[in-house]
Amino acid sequence: MEGFIHQIISGIATGGIYASVALALVMIYQATHHVNFAQGEMATFSTYIALVLIQLGLPYWVAFIGAFSISFVIGVSIERVLMRPVANAPVLTSVGVFIGLLLIVNSMTGWVFDYTIKQFPSPFPDKALFGGFVSGHELGSTGVTLSVLILVYLFFRHTRLGLAMRAAAFNPVSSRLVGVRVGWMLALGWGLAAAIGSVAGCMVAPVVFLDPNMMSGILLYAFAGALLGGIDSPLGAVLGGFMVGIIENLGGAYVVGTELKLTLALVIIIAVLTLKPSGLMGRRVYSRV
Amino acid sequence: MTVLLETKSLHAAYGETKVLHGLDFAVRQGGVTALLGANGAGKTTTLRALCGMVRTQGEIALAGKRIDGMATEDIVRLGVAHVPDGRGTFMELTVEENMRLGAYTRPAREATADFDRMFGYFPRLKERYRQQAGTLSGGEQQMLAIARALLLRPRLLLLDEPSFGLAPLIVREIFGIMRRIRDEEGVSILLVEQNATLALEFAEDAYLLETGRIVIAGKAAEISKDEGIRRSYLGY
Amino acid sequence: MKTFGPIAIFVLLAAVVPTLLFSGYHLFQMTMVVVYGVAILGLAILTGINGQISLGHGAFYAIGAYTTAILMSSWDVPYWATLPVSAVVCATVGFLVGLPALRLGGLYLALTTFALAVAIPQILKHKLFEDWTGGVQGLVIDKPDAPFGLPLSADQWLYLFSLAVGVVLYVLAINLTRGRIGRAMRAVRDHSVAAEAMGINLAMLKTRTFAVSAMYTGIAGSLGAIAVAFVAPDSFSVFLSITFFVGLVAGGAASIGGTIVGAVFIEFVPNLADLVSKAAPGAVYGVILIAMMFLMPQGAGGFIAMIWRRLARPGGQ
Repeated sequence: MEGFIHQIISGIATGGIYASVALALVMIYQATHHVNFAQGEMATFSTYIALVLIQLGLPYWVAFIGAFSISFVIGVSIERVLMRPVANAPVLTSVGVFIGLLLIVNSMTGWVFDYTIKQFPSPFPDKALFGGFVSGHELGSTGVTLSVLILVYLFFRHTRLGLAMRAAAFNPVSSRLVGVRVGWMLALGWGLAAAIGSVAGCMVAPVVFLDPNMMSGILLYAFAGALLGGIDSPLGAVLGGFMVGIIENLGGAYVVGTELKLTLALVIIIAVLTLKPSGLMGRRVYSRV
Repeated sequence: MTVLLETKSLHAAYGETKVLHGLDFAVRQGGVTALLGANGAGKTTTLRALCGMVRTQGEIALAGKRIDGMATEDIVRLGVAHVPDGRGTFMELTVEENMRLGAYTRPAREATADFDRMFGYFPRLKERYRQQAGTLSGGEQQMLAIARALLLRPRLLLLDEPSFGLAPLIVREIFGIMRRIRDEEGVSILLVEQNATLALEFAEDAYLLETGRIVIAGKAAEISKDEGIRRSYLGY
Repeated sequence: MKTFGPIAIFVLLAAVVPTLLFSGYHLFQMTMVVVYGVAILGLAILTGINGQISLGHGAFYAIGAYTTAILMSSWDVPYWATLPVSAVVCATVGFLVGLPALRLGGLYLALTTFALAVAIPQILKHKLFEDWTGGVQGLVIDKPDAPFGLPLSADQWLYLFSLAVGVVLYVLAINLTRGRIGRAMRAVRDHSVAAEAMGINLAMLKTRTFAVSAMYTGIAGSLGAIAVAFVAPDSFSVFLSITFFVGLVAGGAASIGGTIVGAVFIEFVPNLADLVSKAAPGAVYGVILIAMMFLMPQGAGGFIAMIWRRLARPGGQ
């Protein structure tokens, strides 16, 4: 029973990571109808930036915010440079560009920061809390990811800029007619998605150690979470991410064993797309012939 | 008459297909100008051209300033509000959010005062304030679209087929409100309508568009009295 | 076939020149070019011609490779006999994958196949199958010698064998895609609703295309396993699938001849790029992918096909 509770709590902690990456994916998907296959690699790159800042002597949270901000700028730049021409391109072209971006970011990470596995510090105490059910890092990481997700939610719901960004994602034509600069809203969306990715990377790196391919498995879980929750619903993506975290932990511990956890993600993806493609909270989209 | 908007030799095309062939027309300052024509004549394209939403050639001048070639977002900030065909409602957002977007280009405090004026014209919007806009009826969405446009405090209001798909009773209600708006807001209106009777009752000047060219131009009152024009072009 | 002449000459040259001029490692590289050509051809049939995007073809390559390796090491099946078995296995798996794929459009299929590609190494390493797959260490298989005492080295024989298999597969593919079925495949790619309205059975066509595509890439995997004489789970990571995708795009997606261009590209570019830095191959692939998408939506192969057409019609437009 104790092990079970610990698995659930662990699952919530990793779920927070998946929920963050899933949210980043859904934000970009909602606005552009493209899946950012490079989201994981961008998050890894951001984590390395944080490590560099820490090694330069900056306190942890300053480095954290630094990586957050730099990632934001990188996200905005990528959108402005690469994504304008791809906006209305056929699917094959856009998939090609995103895979290309994945390769470039992945290689750059390896080239700039080398391939040796590195340790990444955690700002939270190492000890087990609450009678051993949860580690300091798990609790802290869940707190951080939840806070970021809540802040993002408040931003979109209650600020003018957030409203403009949502409008640009839902209806770019009408948005232009009220004066919203749709292009820049997309760029901001990319920036925010990249910044959220950096949070996820910093929270997961202490556990899985930092190397250029750190996020490829996590990206898969995030995909599963985003699809499970509904790829056009940000709230759904967050819930989906947490659910996948719990399912992964329980499944890995009791059903398929830890070696097949990625397969579990694959099974979730196939199951969702076959049974309920719009996810738990997404809207059904009917296309007119 | 003072002219707010004027076009000279306006051409427009969708890709390779040319739709407008050299239009010359003007919108009177403070008045209502009607743009009539059958389906496919190019009326909607004309409004889109004025907003920079299609590729154009030729001149468009707003109060003497050239706006052809400008981006939509910038034309909007010069005081042009477009109520598109199909209403252009932000379906997933609430009525409140739709209205806030209408006031996007204005400082927040100013806009909130205007909200009350909008409720004065369209009390139903106040009732449905927190409802999702996609659940509103066609007539209510049309009201919302007009309110959204007015919240911009525009100099020029472009209306694309406000009567489309609405029951006659609702249409009359909306046109009644639009008369009040014309009198109280001091905004110039360019009205595109398939329903010629309605439009000619409301407007001072009228243009008739046929396959991308203006074939008739004149005072609305005279055109509606001319039986020949009515029979050949307007179908009644 | 009007182009029979030039193709026959090309095949003859391809058979003779490398065999005589190269040896050892370089001949091995030529063998891999043939192998990758067939692999990318499989992907071209599915994605380029039929429009179903797959980012997971490395999985089929792996299944073909492991089928051959397991048959050879556990049951001593001769290398050439493993090919038909591999073809059947991969076609079946492809068909089974094609069934749920019917419900997925472009992006979702890309996503799902991507997930498959990421998950495959884990499945291959799993304890359940360890007895056959050799687990993390993989399997070593014997490199075949030339039969009937022919005066050829093992490398030379492997190259000619792979070339022969490749030529047969390419000819079959050309026939398939030039005929009625090929037209149906393209129709489904370009406007599936209209295609269905014209009487094409969408489900049958798409699943069968998946089966054929998987079969081709699977046979390539078998040939590759024989050539390398070794299979291990980590050789079949997601990067393999991405590499095939890059090869597809570099060759022009829908061009059969372009797949050879793509194969040459993915065989030789990493070696050259590696001289610059370990990270360079990925970066080069990425830049080429993005550049192709922006500049030449039809890829280099499409460009070559266009020139070929111009040459074939001297007085024409």
